[in-house]
Amino acid sequence: MSAAPLLSLDGVEARYGSIAALKGVDVRVDAGEIVALIGANGAGKSTLMMTIFGEPRASRGRIVFDGRDVTNMQAHEIARLGIAQSPEGRRIFPRMSVWENLRMGAALGDPSAFDQDCERMFAIFPRLKERLHQRGGTLSGGEQQMLAIARALMTRPRLLLLDEPSLGLAPLVVKLIFEVIRDLNRQHGLTVFLVEQNAYHALQLAHRGYVLVNGAVTMSGPGRDLLARPEIRAAYLEGGH
Amino acid sequence: MENFVQQIINGLTLGSIYGLIAIGYTMVFGIIGMVNFAHGDVFMVSTFIALILFLALTQLLGLPSIYLALFLVLVAAMVLTSLWSWAIERVAYRPLRGSFRLAPLISAIGMSIFLMNFVQVTQGPRNKPLPPMFNDVIQLSGLPGAANGITLAWKQILIMAVTAVLLCVFWFVVQKTALGRAQRAVEQDRRMAALLGVDVNRTVSLTFVIGAALAAVAGTLYLVQYGVVRFDDGFIPGVKAFTAAVLGGIGSIPGAVLGGLLIGLIEVLWSAYVSSDYKNVAAFSVLIVVLIFMPSGLLGRPEVEKV
Repeated sequence: MSAAPLLSLDGVEARYGSIAALKGVDVRVDAGEIVALIGANGAGKSTLMMTIFGEPRASRGRIVFDGRDVTNMQAHEIARLGIAQSPEGRRIFPRMSVWENLRMGAALGDPSAFDQDCERMFAIFPRLKERLHQRGGTLSGGEQQMLAIARALMTRPRLLLLDEPSLGLAPLVVKLIFEVIRDLNRQHGLTVFLVEQNAYHALQLAHRGYVLVNGAVTMSGPGRDLLARPEIRAAYLEGGH
Repeated sequence: MENFVQQIINGLTLGSIYGLIAIGYTMVFGIIGMVNFAHGDVFMVSTFIALILFLALTQLLGLPSIYLALFLVLVAAMVLTSLWSWAIERVAYRPLRGSFRLAPLISAIGMSIFLMNFVQVTQGPRNKPLPPMFNDVIQLSGLPGAANGITLAWKQILIMAVTAVLLCVFWFVVQKTALGRAQRAVEQDRRMAALLGVDVNRTVSLTFVIGAALAAVAGTLYLVQYGVVRFDDGFIPGVKAFTAAVLGGIGSIPGAVLGGLLIGLIEVLWSAYVSSDYKNVAAFSVLIVVLIFMPSGLLGRPEVEKV
């Protein structure tokens, strides 16, 4: 591990009012990796994703992206450094068409590259092309997830954050989305940090994984090693969902 | 018959002015969920800016063409009023964003009182007239059913034309440009817009600037139409425009314009045919009736969306 990580969180704490949501989290994501963070509902996974963008702010600790301390930067400034997020709940702009949602993803980019980037998205998610002029709010959950990922990719990110890309989706759609993530990583070297409750899929896909319990990382290691651990199997795979 | 047509024209003229102000209310509400109570007073400030500029251009500098003067005043009033509104947002609203919901409202009421008193102190409490300038009229006669003809003042055509053109420009900006998209994105999901790199504060500032620019157009046209302004002229037109925004469906820009035209027509027709004493009562009664049956206004969107 000689090279500096693309993203690192050192001892990050965050709170909602008096409730500590993150209690000193250390996470590292290297360029070219897929890193998964798994954990139960309420473990603080989505909080971690949002804290990377400064809301809630890390009350302690440091977040560094590509050598720059982003701990106290504004969300839009962080986005402009090249981090994109497909957030919890997908957050599609409901009264904008699919085209406009994609356009928002490309808001900062070079407008002349828009059509070409759009074609790339349609190649990955042909469904989006069929729905191009439909309002975001009327899409199905799976379509919204595709759009949320496509919108994030339209920013041409160096780091893609995915918050529960499989939540509430049919198994076939989940499979498609995980394949897309793998392809983007293998073919384009895209660095991905994803948060999942679906531990099995996430750890199979990821190079490395972290387990978050009650706001603290309890285990980490290569994805397949984590999958083999009995305590993980018991807590996240066999014990329920 | 000719009287009726005449009243319709008067109503549309007044309604155009209300509609322009109403857009400022509806946009600000849409983007930050706040009723900017000072917006009517921003409109009033713009009438004074327009008055001072008119007098300076025509009396001091002796500009020969009043229509050229009007054009210059319009542009300058838009710029100066926008600066006022930008500063108001910066000083009185932005520091309170993220505070409890009523804080910016109270701050807006305070700003309204401040603006009114500021103008009263600096400009005096009496009516300030503009010397009669726009007196050209067109007599439309020989229309079927019209015995005496209809008097159409040039300034009325001007007001309606300027309103229509500006609405088209403005509509284009909101629907088709990156700025308009960013604005709608912030309106629909502020946090997500920020995650995509949109500077939310800048977008909100621009919304105030655009709203104020349209209010300045309304203010200039109001001065042209009525020829007199006073420090408390922001109050009633402000309340009417706010009513128009609610009537049309707050948050909806076409709704604001439609609401403005309706309020203008109701007010003028009621004054003409029933009693001018109760014109405000008539306008507000319509609002109440509409809201009973259509709680989100005429063009407001019903709150059904898939999440």
